[in-house]
Amino acid sequence: MTQPLHDLTVAELATRLKARDVSAEEVARHFLARSQTAADLGAYLAMDEEATLAQARAADALLAAGNAPALAGVPIAHKDIFVTRDFATTAGSKMLADYRSPFDATVVRRLGVGAPGQTGGAGMVTLGKLNCDEFAMGSANENSAYGVVKNPWDTARVPGGSSGGSAAAVAARLTPAATGTDTGGSIRQPASFCGITGIKPTYGRASRYGMVAFASSLDQAGPMARTAEDCALLLSAMCGPDLDRDSTSLDVPAEDFTRGLSGDLTGLRIGLPTEFFGDGLDADVRAAIDAALAELRQLGATVVDISLPRTRLAIPVYYVLAAAEASSNLSRFDGVKFGFRAPDYTDLEDMYKKTRSQGFGDEVQRRIMTGTYVLSHGYYDAYYLQAQKVRRLIAQDFQQAFTQCDVIAGPVAPSVAWGLGAHGDDPLADYLADIYTLPASLAGLPGMSVPAGFGAAGMPVGLQLIGNYLQEGRLLNVAHRLQQATDWHQRKPNGI
Amino acid sequence: MTSPKLIQGYEVVIGFETHTQLQTNSKIFSRASTAFGAEPNTQACAVDLALPGTLPVMNREAVQCAIKLGLALGSHIAPRSVFARKNYFYPDLPKGYQISQFEIPVVQGGEVSFFVGDQKKTVRLVRAHLEEDAGKSVHEGLHGHSGIDLNRAGTPLLEIVTEPDMGSSDEAVAYAKELHKIVTWIGICDGNMQEGSFRCDANVSVRKPGQPLGTRREIKNLNSFRFMQQAIDFEIRWQIEQIEDGHAIQQATVLFDPDTGETRAMRTKEDSADYRYFPDPDLPPLCISEQWVEQTRALMPELPRKMAERFVADYGLPEYDATTLTHSPAMGAYFEAAAKASGQPKLASNWVMGEFSRRMNAEELSIDQAVKKIRSSDLAVIIKQIVDGQISSSGAKTLFAHVWERGLQFIAPEGIGSVIDDLGLRQMNDTGALEKIVDEVIAANPDNVAQFKAGKDKAFNALVGQVMKASKGKANPAQVNELLKARLA
Repeated sequence: MTQPLHDLTVAELATRLKARDVSAEEVARHFLARSQTAADLGAYLAMDEEATLAQARAADALLAAGNAPALAGVPIAHKDIFVTRDFATTAGSKMLADYRSPFDATVVRRLGVGAPGQTGGAGMVTLGKLNCDEFAMGSANENSAYGVVKNPWDTARVPGGSSGGSAAAVAARLTPAATGTDTGGSIRQPASFCGITGIKPTYGRASRYGMVAFASSLDQAGPMARTAEDCALLLSAMCGPDLDRDSTSLDVPAEDFTRGLSGDLTGLRIGLPTEFFGDGLDADVRAAIDAALAELRQLGATVVDISLPRTRLAIPVYYVLAAAEASSNLSRFDGVKFGFRAPDYTDLEDMYKKTRSQGFGDEVQRRIMTGTYVLSHGYYDAYYLQAQKVRRLIAQDFQQAFTQCDVIAGPVAPSVAWGLGAHGDDPLADYLADIYTLPASLAGLPGMSVPAGFGAAGMPVGLQLIGNYLQEGRLLNVAHRLQQATDWHQRKPNGI
Repeated sequence: MTSPKLIQGYEVVIGFETHTQLQTNSKIFSRASTAFGAEPNTQACAVDLALPGTLPVMNREAVQCAIKLGLALGSHIAPRSVFARKNYFYPDLPKGYQISQFEIPVVQGGEVSFFVGDQKKTVRLVRAHLEEDAGKSVHEGLHGHSGIDLNRAGTPLLEIVTEPDMGSSDEAVAYAKELHKIVTWIGICDGNMQEGSFRCDANVSVRKPGQPLGTRREIKNLNSFRFMQQAIDFEIRWQIEQIEDGHAIQQATVLFDPDTGETRAMRTKEDSADYRYFPDPDLPPLCISEQWVEQTRALMPELPRKMAERFVADYGLPEYDATTLTHSPAMGAYFEAAAKASGQPKLASNWVMGEFSRRMNAEELSIDQAVKKIRSSDLAVIIKQIVDGQISSSGAKTLFAHVWERGLQFIAPEGIGSVIDDLGLRQMNDTGALEKIVDEVIAANPDNVAQFKAGKDKAFNALVGQVMKASKGKANPAQVNELLKARLA
């Protein structure tokens, strides 16, 4: 029995391509055709068949030469927050409609096959760019200027945000893997809502060069795929120092994250933060988490109760700091040099105002206003500085917790994916959904979401795993062992 | 400290902010070139244009420049300093913020000492911080539109801020000149004021002695020492007049117009911006190790003040000479070589400050060009001829001019004598011949002899003049003096 190409994992596709059972061009054509039939999901923004096929042929040439890199010819799609030379980059914003970058983001370059005259990386072929919340601001992928993305498990529901396009495309088998970015949970939460696997590494492990900046001190790139093994393969290619381009890049050599995947979990101490299992958590999500934890105990892990006492403060701290950085990062979108400029204006001041009022969506404007306010003279100490201090305390809570356990586990979000438009004009409802993902983001710790079962109406639930700094390997090990013991990650949405 | 000079009963208080453009090959946060004068937007890369996804990476060379300045001015070099964003909108500011240092600058404290006339003055520094320059707007030749040239965007600047320690435009200009000397001396800035490599903002206020500080107005972008003096003097007079007329001074930023010689307000405090400074999350704190500081210290040249003090101590030069000779490292080195080679430091000093500088300035040569005209060893040879009595001082000037035009290196060293003879400059050292002339002059000028004997010194000088004239300037004046005195005794 041969499985259709779109049901193969990254690891399986890589093996088939290496064996020359199938060519990179065939694989690319298969996924391109498939995405045509799923356009109503709204996952893809920019596609360019010629560019994709050119990359596929380059990968085939590498495969034919016999010294192809690890993932040569395997397709991938990138969240539209990464700039690319072969495809337009919008960051989900009207502000960057039709924007073309003269360079590839470091992550894109490291995963890619390399344009002519450019050094390539892992040899992957780009299928296109994936929808996301405008400038990665949102928890539901409802803030894109290019329309909402639908959840493949229930197209009346959101896929989660801001990497919603990435999560939906992987879940719907429109690509075997995708990149995402996580600022406050934007890899983990959509992975959870769409039933796939996603990991946000330690802050600084993957270069931010070429990621359209939202909140510089929090933004982190990571892979989204169906299995932990695939995430390990992708993460190995994405990470590594980029000191010439990104000053916040960690000077830690890239490692092969696939090596420790099958490690024994006997004696592993899993910490459960009391604060993650309180009143706000839906019962069906809790039940799925408990089932996953029971599996991990079966595998030899022990469970200990821990406390992250400042969890409650993560939401206000995050929405002060992220907004402050965003207000500054987004000031370059002023209509002067690139991107959108309002068509009619009277003078410079008017051009700025109209360009930014018309070019940015509501949520982006809301955060710019908040950020500008918290940095303003007279408010800086009360908001920005105070938030920085609490941020440090939140990181200390984790260090305290890691004296009692090796890995922290809990839910990714309080509920399964909600209905499209359900939060309407209530941005706070979206903000509250980030309660379990924000603490690790603020602390700069690695975190991931692993399929852990299903909740109400058959919607997927993800188990969140949080590790200490640079402990991505340990998270992937736990996730992989869980996936060897369960089949939640292999379930498909209806009709896929 | 000098006591403050009062103007119309007012004390003047001046502080300075100086933007020095650092002599690095590439920009402070990118690899684009910093060369001046290129076609617009040809020296701005994706980072300078603030294209989405770009990030700043600190240029080590710029930090090295800051360390050098700190070492030169006796400042504290912060082992850890922080970059901040200064947020504002302007078309020539690509990111919408300028990366600067705010709360914790890299260079803290220090001082600049210099002479105003023969009064020593010390100005304390508050700080010097690293930052990036913005681009510039272009309005000419664009048919009513405005263009943006981002070649300058990201050029490394070190902004040097003083305490309000200056009490007059003379002190202010002397400070600026001394600072200019230091930054060019240690090679961190080319000092080109026209191209904007060294530009000053002067904060000026006036007050009655004993009163609290007056409200200051900031004169922006002073790019010549002459305009600096004019602008500050105008501003002082204007502020005093306002106060005398019963008006309060409003804090303001003003520009100096060289055409009218007046300052006029750009903006007042009312519309001053809220820059919303915060630490730049794209740049980790700048950490400078003690080892880096020490490595840099080993590379530092002797500083002008130290060199001047040494010239006073080692060569017995007056302070004025020492200060003048340490105008540049090349000048100081030139003097020192001439002094050593001739064994006549004071004469060497006179010649370097005098004839050498005069010709260099008249021909608008740089010191490097001038020292090729006449090497320090050449000057030493000329000085030796004077000391040995071979030529007179005025004869030496003729010889100097001859060498300057042709170069002594083209004349064999032992041939200096024949050059002196060819030019007819050799002093008359033949006592017999000189005695004869002296006798003739005494005989021919009985009136002067009588007057001298009556006690008039002037008459003696007239006689010396006559002897010199009769010898066609070749007599050794000291010898003439001696002989005349002996004869008339």
